Amino acid sequence: MSSIEQMYQQVILDHAKTPHGRGLVDVPDGASSGQSHQVNPTCGDEVTLRVELERAGEDGAPVIGRVSWDGQGCSISQASLSVLTDLVTGRPVPEAEHLGEVFRDLMGSRGSGLDETAEDELGDATAFTGVSRYPARIKCALLGWAALRDSLVTSGALDHTTAARAATTTEENR
Amino acid sequence: MTTVARTGAQPDRLSAGELAAVRADFPLLGRTVRGGRPLVYLDSAATSQKPQVVLDTEVDFYEERNAAVHRGAHQLAEEATEAFEDARGDVAAFVAARPGEIVWTSGATAAINLVTYAISNATLGRGGEAARRFALAPGDEIVVTEAEHHANIVPWQELAARTGAVLRWFGVDDDGRIRVEDAASVITERTRVVAFTHVSNVTGAVTPVEPIVSRAREVGALTVLDACQSVPHLPVDLHELGVDFAAFSAHKMLGPTGVGALYGRRELLEALPPVTTGGSMIEVVTMAESTYMAPPQRFEAGTQAVAQVVGFGAAARYLHELGMAGVAAHEHELAAELLRIGEIPGVRIIGPAEPVDRLAVVSFVVDGVHAHDVGQVLDDAGIAVRVGHHCAQPLHRRFGIAATARASASVYTTREDVETFREALAGVRAFFSVD
Repeated sequence: MSSIEQMYQQVILDHAKTPHGRGLVDVPDGASSGQSHQVNPTCGDEVTLRVELERAGEDGAPVIGRVSWDGQGCSISQASLSVLTDLVTGRPVPEAEHLGEVFRDLMGSRGSGLDETAEDELGDATAFTGVSRYPARIKCALLGWAALRDSLVTSGALDHTTAARAATTTEENR
Repeated sequence: MTTVARTGAQPDRLSAGELAAVRADFPLLGRTVRGGRPLVYLDSAATSQKPQVVLDTEVDFYEERNAAVHRGAHQLAEEATEAFEDARGDVAAFVAARPGEIVWTSGATAAINLVTYAISNATLGRGGEAARRFALAPGDEIVVTEAEHHANIVPWQELAARTGAVLRWFGVDDDGRIRVEDAASVITERTRVVAFTHVSNVTGAVTPVEPIVSRAREVGALTVLDACQSVPHLPVDLHELGVDFAAFSAHKMLGPTGVGALYGRRELLEALPPVTTGGSMIEVVTMAESTYMAPPQRFEAGTQAVAQVVGFGAAARYLHELGMAGVAAHEHELAAELLRIGEIPGVRIIGPAEPVDRLAVVSFVVDGVHAHDVGQVLDDAGIAVRVGHHCAQPLHRRFGIAATARASASVYTTREDVETFREALAGVRAFFSVD
């Protein structure tokens, strides 16, 4: 497979064509939620992502009940948003944040991918391994994840200092 | 007014032999990319490649002449100063200006910012009586256009915010051409500055300069021309164009990065207060106050990018020796070839579709495929194009799109480059299974 075919895996093309979670959904009255608008200043791509939280699960952490988003961008950013929607819906917030960290690690792997445990956790998102070979496109794949983290911060479910520290670590790793 | 040759025979275009010789002058064009594919470089509007003579001139400066310019009495200082000022003469001659009308800056962005901050300083009373002509009052108007690069919008927004002036702008028509016919209504008695591009870095459209300059003169407004995309590709005579200021950069015209030029009519530069102050721009400094040198030194505080300036001079000489009429004719043919992408199903050109008063910079969208994805597939074929908003978000917004892909040519671009590009572009929609 050529490296461009590794980048545009069928699963990515499919998600880009029929993305999951597209179309912002109103949050019911009284429900806890967060929203974030993220822009990629170099290409003008943008997304508005909304999370609706459900009451705490067994371990006391809030659970992501629904992810919806609106935006426009390249197939990588759109597919990444779609995969993210599938991946984090129904997950407790700390788990979603953890997956975001693993995905950021994948994007820092320069095409070599992660170990089996990490790839099992990421599921379809592993298909973005090929993207990590193209430094200019990594930000496309990360746009949705940045919006997710920020919306969790605005919802109050994620401590912004934790998120900021994680963001710094990710930048340093790159 | 500078216009592009329209149709018919172009006897003075570069011959095949000349073009082959030109390409041999550019070492980078010989490399391969993405697994051994020959490079097809169609991103010259972002930055051009450099001929060997520019690289050699910079190396030679460091190996043989490096010294501080305009100070020191030793031989090296003399030679360095001579090389530095010769470059000013060559760059000035290239745009038909006088050496004393060319100020070195770090680039075109810095050149435009210099004008805006000098106007700010004049507004604050700096520069005395002579500079009062530049001062802005609340309610005065600054005019730009919807076709501008951010570098010719944002500094004016900031100047307006600092002074209380009002920003107005020309719109563009559906071809992306500035609606110059609106000059009488957009430029009013309150207009003090009109800043506009000579050639759009997105649509390639050439702006008719004369109607804007004559309307600006009617109301006593200054004109500032962004000449970044014209000077590398057309014969440009700044005196004939009649603009008050102009900005262009070396790196888009085969020269080094990190250096550009601000042109100002001599009389205006003499009245303009300095912006960056310090060494090399003063006459007498006491603990309380200082007096300043005449332009251009007044605007060149601190150590300049000397080696790059010398390389800039070499780039101007290189283009001058090729002959800009021939360069323009060659690129006119390339523009026509590039515009044939409009025949590919699903490809839509943003900008004039005919090679008339437009240069070889062609932005486009592919239905159903985002510009980034278009660029990636082209890159896989060894073809370098620009994707995104090209630092012109308002113009993209005008067309209701966030991003385009852009192919742009330079003197070293060949018809074969364009053919390779067209073939690869024709396969893009199939790659993404878009019908």
